[in-house]
Amino acid sequence: MTEKKNKKNLHTRRDFLKLTAGAVGSVGALSAVWPFMDSMNPAADTLAQASIEVDLTEIPEGSGKTVLWQGTPIFVRHRTPKEIEEAEKTPLKQLIDPETDKARVQRPEWLVVVGVCTHLGCVPLGQKPTDPRGDCGGWLCPCHGSQYDTSGRVCHGPAPTNLPIPPYRFVDDNTIKIGVTDD
Amino acid sequence: MTKKKHPQRPSRPLYDNPVSKWIDKRLPVFTFIRHSLDEYPTPKNLNWLWNGGSLAGITLLIMIISGITLGMHYNPDPADAFNSIERIMRDVNYGWLIRYIHVNGASFFFILVYLHMFRSMYYGSYKAPRELLWIVGVLILLLMMATAFMGYVLPWGQMSFWGAKVITNLFSAIPVFGDSIVQWLLGGPNVDAPTLHRFFVLHYLLPFLIVAFVAIHLICLHQFGSNNPSGVEVKKSEDQIPFHPYYTVKDLYGLTIYLLVFAGFVFFAPNFFMEAVNYNPANPLVTPPHIAPEWYFLPFYAILRSFPDKLGGVIGMFSAVSVLFFLPWLDRSKIKSAAYRPMFRPLFWVFILNCLILGWIGQKPPQGWYLIIGRLATLYYFAHFLIILPVVGWLERPLTVPSSISEYCKREHNRRKK
Amino acid sequence: MIRLFIIFILIISPPCLADATTRPPEQTHWSFATPLGTFDRSAMQRGFQVYKEVCSACHELSHIRFRELSALGFNDKEIKAIAADYSIKDGPNDEGEMFDRPALPGDSFPNPFPNEQAARASNGGAFPVDLSLIIKGREDGANYVHSLLTGYGSAPTDITLFEGKSYNPYFEGGQISMPPPLVDGQVTYVDGTPATVDQMSKDVVTFLSWASAPELEARRQMGLKVILYLIVFSMLMYFVYRSVWRNVK
Repeated sequence: MTEKKNKKNLHTRRDFLKLTAGAVGSVGALSAVWPFMDSMNPAADTLAQASIEVDLTEIPEGSGKTVLWQGTPIFVRHRTPKEIEEAEKTPLKQLIDPETDKARVQRPEWLVVVGVCTHLGCVPLGQKPTDPRGDCGGWLCPCHGSQYDTSGRVCHGPAPTNLPIPPYRFVDDNTIKIGVTDD
Repeated sequence: MTKKKHPQRPSRPLYDNPVSKWIDKRLPVFTFIRHSLDEYPTPKNLNWLWNGGSLAGITLLIMIISGITLGMHYNPDPADAFNSIERIMRDVNYGWLIRYIHVNGASFFFILVYLHMFRSMYYGSYKAPRELLWIVGVLILLLMMATAFMGYVLPWGQMSFWGAKVITNLFSAIPVFGDSIVQWLLGGPNVDAPTLHRFFVLHYLLPFLIVAFVAIHLICLHQFGSNNPSGVEVKKSEDQIPFHPYYTVKDLYGLTIYLLVFAGFVFFAPNFFMEAVNYNPANPLVTPPHIAPEWYFLPFYAILRSFPDKLGGVIGMFSAVSVLFFLPWLDRSKIKSAAYRPMFRPLFWVFILNCLILGWIGQKPPQGWYLIIGRLATLYYFAHFLIILPVVGWLERPLTVPSSISEYCKREHNRRKK
Repeated sequence: MIRLFIIFILIISPPCLADATTRPPEQTHWSFATPLGTFDRSAMQRGFQVYKEVCSACHELSHIRFRELSALGFNDKEIKAIAADYSIKDGPNDEGEMFDRPALPGDSFPNPFPNEQAARASNGGAFPVDLSLIIKGREDGANYVHSLLTGYGSAPTDITLFEGKSYNPYFEGGQISMPPPLVDGQVTYVDGTPATVDQMSKDVVTFLSWASAPELEARRQMGLKVILYLIVFSMLMYFVYRSVWRNVK
C-alpha cells in the first residue's frame, strides 16, 4: 500500500518537474523569438526621419502638389472657394465615412491628405490638371474606381475610409511642415 | 539499464488520432518521427561528447535564423555595406543582438564541429560501417569553411577586404589558368562590388546546402546508429535505450549549458573572436599591418605558409582538408575506441597538440623560429595521417575490448567505485 | 595530458606583438570596463563638450545622430539646440540647388571636410579618422586612445622626427601627424571640473566608447537576465535529466 503510494508520489513529482521545465523552456523560447520579430519593425532611423517643408506660394488656387514624406505621397491642394463650399455643404449622411470638412483642415483653402487610396494602396489621380477627378471633384483611384471629394472623403467605394490627414502644421502663412504637429 | 525490457510503448495521442493516421498514410511523417525518436535505439553509454552533433545542428539553425534577419537589413554594396552593418548595430531593433549572435555563432559552430570531429577520431567513429557518415561530415566542414569565409567579407571592414583578397589570390597559384580563375571569382581585376555581391548571394545560399548535407549525414547515422565510447557495436537489447526520452532530455540539458556559455560571449564579450581592425571600413590602398584569418582557419593558414612555394602552399592547404576524406582507410586498426589502443591514444593527443601549435603559428609572422616550428608541425600533421595511423594500426597490440556495451558499463561502474 | 594542454594554451595565449617603437597602452580604470559597468553620464557630457570644441574641427563622427545624444542625458529641447548649431548641406531644392540648413535631431554629425581629399589637404596629407568606431576599431581601444591623447612628449635623441610629425610612443611607429590636441584648460567645463589634459582625455574616451557601442548598457542588462534565466532553466533540466536517467545503469 505505502509502496504504491510512494510510487504515485514519485510519478507526480516527476511529472511536475517535467511540466515546470517545459513551461520555463517554452517561455524562454518564445521570448527569444521576439527580438527577431521586432527587428522587422521600423528601425530607429526610419522612425526618426526628418519632417519636410512645403512652400505654398508655388501652388496656384485650384491645383495641387504631391510631395514625398517618409516614402508616402502627400497631396497638398489649394482649394477654390467653390470647392470649399462644396466640401462644407456635403451632408454627412451621404458619406461612407462621415466626417466634417472642418475637422479635416487647419485652414480651409489648404487640404493636406495622405495620397494613398484606403482600399488597397494605389495613388489616386486628380493632382495634375489633366487628371480625371471623378464625380465628386476630388480624386479618382485608377485601380478600383474609388472616388474622393474635395475634402479627401470617400464618396464612392470600394474604399472604406477617407484619405488620412498626416501630422502637419503651418510654420507661417506660406509654409507648412509635414511630419510634426508642434515644435 | 531499465529493469524490465522495453514494453510495447503505450499508444500516444500524437500518433494514434484519426487525423494523424490519415496524414501518415499519405505522408509518413509520423512514422518518421516515431522511428527517429521513439524506436531509434541508441547505445546507452554515450558520454557528453555525443552532445556535439545536436548542438551543432541547433547552432546551424540559429545561424540561419539570425542570418536571414540580418540579410533583411544588409546592403551588399561596397559604398554602403559597412554602414548598413552599423545601421543594424545602432538603429535596427535588437540588431546588435542578432548580429552578435551571428558573429559568435560562427565561432561556436566551428568549436562544436572541431570537437565533434576530434571525438570521432578518438573513438574511431569513422570506421566501417560509418565511412560515408564521416565523409559527408568532412563535406559539411568544407561547406562551412566556404560559408564562413564569404560571411567574413560581408561587413566590408579592413580584414574582410584583405582576407578576401589574399584567399582569392590563392587560386592564382594554379598554373596557366590561375589569373583568369581569380578574375572569374572576383568578377573584375580586384575585390570590388561584383565580388561582394556574389559573396553575399553565396553566403546566403550555402547554409541551405549545409542543411541538405546534414540531412544526408543523419540518414547515414540512422543506418547503423551511433558509435559509442566502447567502440563495440550494439549486440543485445540491454545495450541500448530509445532515443526519446533519454537522449532528447540529455541533449536539451546540454543545450542549456551550451547556451549559457554562448550568452556569456554574446552579451559580455561579443567582440572576443573579432579583430578590432575589422571595425575600420575597407581601404583598398592600405593593408593592415597584422593580417590573419579567423581563428578556425589558423591551422590551415599555417600549413599554407609553411611551404616555400606558392603552388605548393595552396596544394598543401587543400590536402590538409582532403586527407580527412581518406581517414577511414588510412587508419588500419579494426579497434574503434582509443581507450583500447595503447599506442594510438597518446599519439591522438600529440595530434591535437600539433593542431593547436599550427593554430598558434597561423597568427605569427612566418619568420625565423615560427617558420621552422610551422614546417615541423605541418610535416607532423601529414605524417599523422599518412604514416603514423597506418603503421600504428599494424604494430599496435590492442587491450582486451569489452564483449558488449553492457560489459563496458559494468567495467566503468567498477572502475568508478574504486 | 590535459594538464600539458592547459599549460600550452597559457603559454601561447597572450599575443606577443613585440614592436620596438610602439609602447603598449597604459591601463586605466573605466566605469564601463567591468562586466556590468555603465557609462558615467557626466563624463560623457564633458567628453561630448571636448569632442565638440576640440576634436570635431578635424574628425567626423558620422555614425552618430544628434537624437542619440539623449543617451548622455540631454532632453529633446537641448538636443534640438545642439543640432541647430551645426549646418547641414541639403538639397537639391526645387530650383535644383544645394542649400545649407540647420541640423535636425535626425541628422548625423556633419563631416568637417567636404571629402577625404579636402581633409588630407588641410592636414598635411594625413586623414583624420572617423571617431564613431575608434574605440572598437583599435585593440584595447579605450586605453589606447587615452594613452595616445596623454602620451605626447619630446622625441628621444635617437629618433629624428619627419616634418609635420609629433612624437607619440603609443602610436604605431612612434610618429603621428596629429599635433598634441589637448592642453590644460582648453575647454571650460560647465560643471566646473578642472580641465586637465588627463581629465579631458578620460572624458572624451568615455564619450567615444559610448559612440562605439551605444548598445553596451542595454546589452549587459539583457545579458544578466538571460544568464539568470538560463541558470534556472539548466538546473531544472538537470533534475529532469537525472529523473529520466535514474533507472539506466
